[in-house]
Amino acid sequence: MKRVYVNEEWCLGCHLCEYNCAWANSGIRFMTDALKGRKIFPRIHVEGDDKITFAVSCRHCEDPLCIKSCIAGAIRKEDGVVKINRNKCVGCLTCVLVCPYGALSPAEDGIMQKCELCLTKSFGEPACVKGCPNHAIVYEERGGME
Amino acid sequence: MKRHVIIGNGTAAVGCIEGIRSVNREDAITVVSKENHSVYSRPLISYYLEGKTDTERMRYRDENFYSENRCDVRYGVTVDKIDTASGECVLSSGERIPFDDVCVAAGSTPFVPPMEGLDTVPKRFGFMTLDDALSLEKELTPKTRVLIVGAGLIGLKCAEGIRDRVGSIIVCDLADRVLSSILDSECAAIVQKHLESNGISFLLSDSVAKFDGCTAYMKSGASVAFDVLVLAVGVRANIGLVKDLGGTVNRGIVVDTAMETSIPGVYAAGDCAEGYDASLGANRVLAILPNAYLQGRTAGINMAGGDEKFTNGIPMNSIGFFGLHIMSAGTYDGEMSEEKADGILKRFFVRDDHLRGYILIGETGRAGIYTALVREQTPLSEIDFEAAKKIAGSAIFSADVRRKKFGGAV
Repeated sequence: MKRVYVNEEWCLGCHLCEYNCAWANSGIRFMTDALKGRKIFPRIHVEGDDKITFAVSCRHCEDPLCIKSCIAGAIRKEDGVVKINRNKCVGCLTCVLVCPYGALSPAEDGIMQKCELCLTKSFGEPACVKGCPNHAIVYEERGGME
Repeated sequence: MKRHVIIGNGTAAVGCIEGIRSVNREDAITVVSKENHSVYSRPLISYYLEGKTDTERMRYRDENFYSENRCDVRYGVTVDKIDTASGECVLSSGERIPFDDVCVAAGSTPFVPPMEGLDTVPKRFGFMTLDDALSLEKELTPKTRVLIVGAGLIGLKCAEGIRDRVGSIIVCDLADRVLSSILDSECAAIVQKHLESNGISFLLSDSVAKFDGCTAYMKSGASVAFDVLVLAVGVRANIGLVKDLGGTVNRGIVVDTAMETSIPGVYAAGDCAEGYDASLGANRVLAILPNAYLQGRTAGINMAGGDEKFTNGIPMNSIGFFGLHIMSAGTYDGEMSEEKADGILKRFFVRDDHLRGYILIGETGRAGIYTALVREQTPLSEIDFEAAKKIAGSAIFSADVRRKKFGGAV
């Protein structure tokens, strides 16, 4: 299946992916209305140090530890996409405790949210990828482990 | 086609069912459920009392889970005996269910130490099951004075859950600190202070000498007047069924990495089992939900004829109280180093180039990266561990490792 993959050598650390994610998930029409003056809670995060930057979002693992560990049974996999039922989540952060990629963080209300690849939206590809000026994240089909 | 009996209907049982079904659809599965509820998330009972969830949302799996997985569930009964000679489970109802193999996922039972006068207390509760929470809820009023015996995970989550619904809460414990099973003294002091600032009072290094109705006389000489008593001292693994068979038991039912007990064809998983702890290098009871699922799933796959080993289980906890999050994992063994900032304490335990365990208070972002270091026993010389201690993130790995993590299907 298609996933978001990282080309860290092309990442500028501009954080546009974070802004596009927060905007796409806000349901608000204009970017400035959605983001300006607000603390944002994106589902993708730019990490790095003084040498390298890269954007991390859910890997949609073949065998997701978060699903097996969720104390509320709130995470499930549908057609390869790992999804969370925010209505069931109580914000215990056990998924943060177990995700080896550090890919999960809570929403503003303390309840978990996660990258679901923008599949319910109309962009055709995740908003983070669509807005990346440098192809530092791409949405494509790749084989197994490289 | 094989016939499987699963004793218990909690998280480990769900893992077992899903493990079996990942191998085949045909085998017959019978689930014996002591509780008259379909599977729910037990750790959510405190969130239920807090109003953060309800009995519908507490379902651990969808309503049609059992039918979709072709499971026959017997509610309100227990297994009295596993008869390996006849290959039948004998239920408390007298019914006998034939099996080819069985998974004991029977959980644990609250441990109540002998306390003088306990039977004179009119309103006393455990805090383990949904029924416990529903019974306790009926006695909560804005004036209720609550005494909780036990400052562990269960007792303190109970305190948080009911704080806004009662008049006062006092928690006592024989230990000298809160959460003594997962925190050292300094970490425990931070959490205790936070709980106290949120209205919870403590009597530590103290225990009840005698109850007389609604008064507890403590060993220290203090006396506590209360309306409702919650007993959260601890739990004991339900090992009886396997012990009766002459199977190897310790504090839990001893299992190998396939989750099979010393009795062939008898598996065990979850809070009743004593499985391999990779951070300790030995078996111990790992009474946490993720472990229950993973052990159950391993048992199920093997019962259905697959070949699965669970070799990297470790203790780990994510727990929060009134907005303060605490995470811990592994074994607190080796040289300790720490990172401190305002409201944040992170402790790391390193031995032989491996992270053996950690405690995080106040800053828990991306903690799964630390947990994976413990679980996978990653050599610390291969990563930038000094940077990792300051901030959890994948920059601590080499570019090659990151390419694998973020450049391929995982």
